[in-house]
Amino acid sequence: MAEHVTSRKVYFLVFAALLALTLATVLVAEVDLGVFNDVAALTIAVTKALLVLLFFMHVRHSTRMTALTAVAGFFWLALLIGLTMADYASRGQILPYVAGK
Amino acid sequence: MASSPLVDPHATQAHHRALAHQFDSLDQQKESSTLGMWLFLVTEIMFFGGLFTAYVIYRTLYPQAFALASHTLNVPLGGANTAILIGSSLTMVLAIWAAQVNWRKGIALFLLATIALGATFLGIKSVEYREKFETHHVPGPSFHFVPESEHVKVTDPQLERHASIFFSLYFIMTGLHALHMIIGIGILAVLTVLAWKGKYDSEYHNPLEMTGLYWHFVDIVWIFLFPLLYLLGAHAR
Repeated sequence: MAEHVTSRKVYFLVFAALLALTLATVLVAEVDLGVFNDVAALTIAVTKALLVLLFFMHVRHSTRMTALTAVAGFFWLALLIGLTMADYASRGQILPYVAGK
Repeated sequence: MASSPLVDPHATQAHHRALAHQFDSLDQQKESSTLGMWLFLVTEIMFFGGLFTAYVIYRTLYPQAFALASHTLNVPLGGANTAILIGSSLTMVLAIWAAQVNWRKGIALFLLATIALGATFLGIKSVEYREKFETHHVPGPSFHFVPESEHVKVTDPQLERHASIFFSLYFIMTGLHALHMIIGIGILAVLTVLAWKGKYDSEYHNPLEMTGLYWHFVDIVWIFLFPLLYLLGAHAR
């Protein structure tokens, strides 16, 4: 079984897409979209990260075990940030007097 | 390369010089390296993840101070560095491609290009750091922050304290990222010498693949750092 050789053309296309998305994130930040500025910035960043993961890091052609390991890493990161923010967001709501209000 | 469990490939057939004793085949060896490298990268995700969590917490608590402090960062330099880092990821992946097509000099050349782009990134970063020291935006005894905004002109001690949290996170996150790049450049330098000596070919180039995984991961960290640190609320300038 030989490893998959990706053609240079694919790499150059991914590179061009990453540059275009970088320009897009700079331009969209200049427009006031309220909370959607953050949504747009993170959507673009996640798209760029996926391009790097799938094409440059060859996760596209990796085994399921490797892909699962990568997904697990980002899943635990989501737990870390998600549950921490759930804590901060709900403080003082269950026991208002604890927060000194 | 099918091998019967009763036959030791190391004893019976001619095998690649890079095949280690504990593996049946180069494929299995690569599989093992890749999984091990990804386990390391998962610890790196959690390592940087703690800092990203701290950022999310403090930005939620002090959105105005974070937006004002973010405005003092140099977007053109940060943007240029993003492009440079993406370019270095391209040359890294092309070094692996060169190995796959057995172009040995190409491997070394693309690795050198990756080192050059990484060094350029660090050079630009040092210019940005110098600017921060000159404007007293480095948290510490001489820290001083007056926002560049029409709305707020007077020095506000509370705002200043919150802005120093932003700059602390900025220096820790970008500093740790830069440290990863310095280590990466060191590894790339060793690989360049080994590639020049002809250690890697289409059959075996695991060290290139594994270093590539590390380098691209560091690229991904920056892909998130750039919008979060430089661009948040840029429109409010």
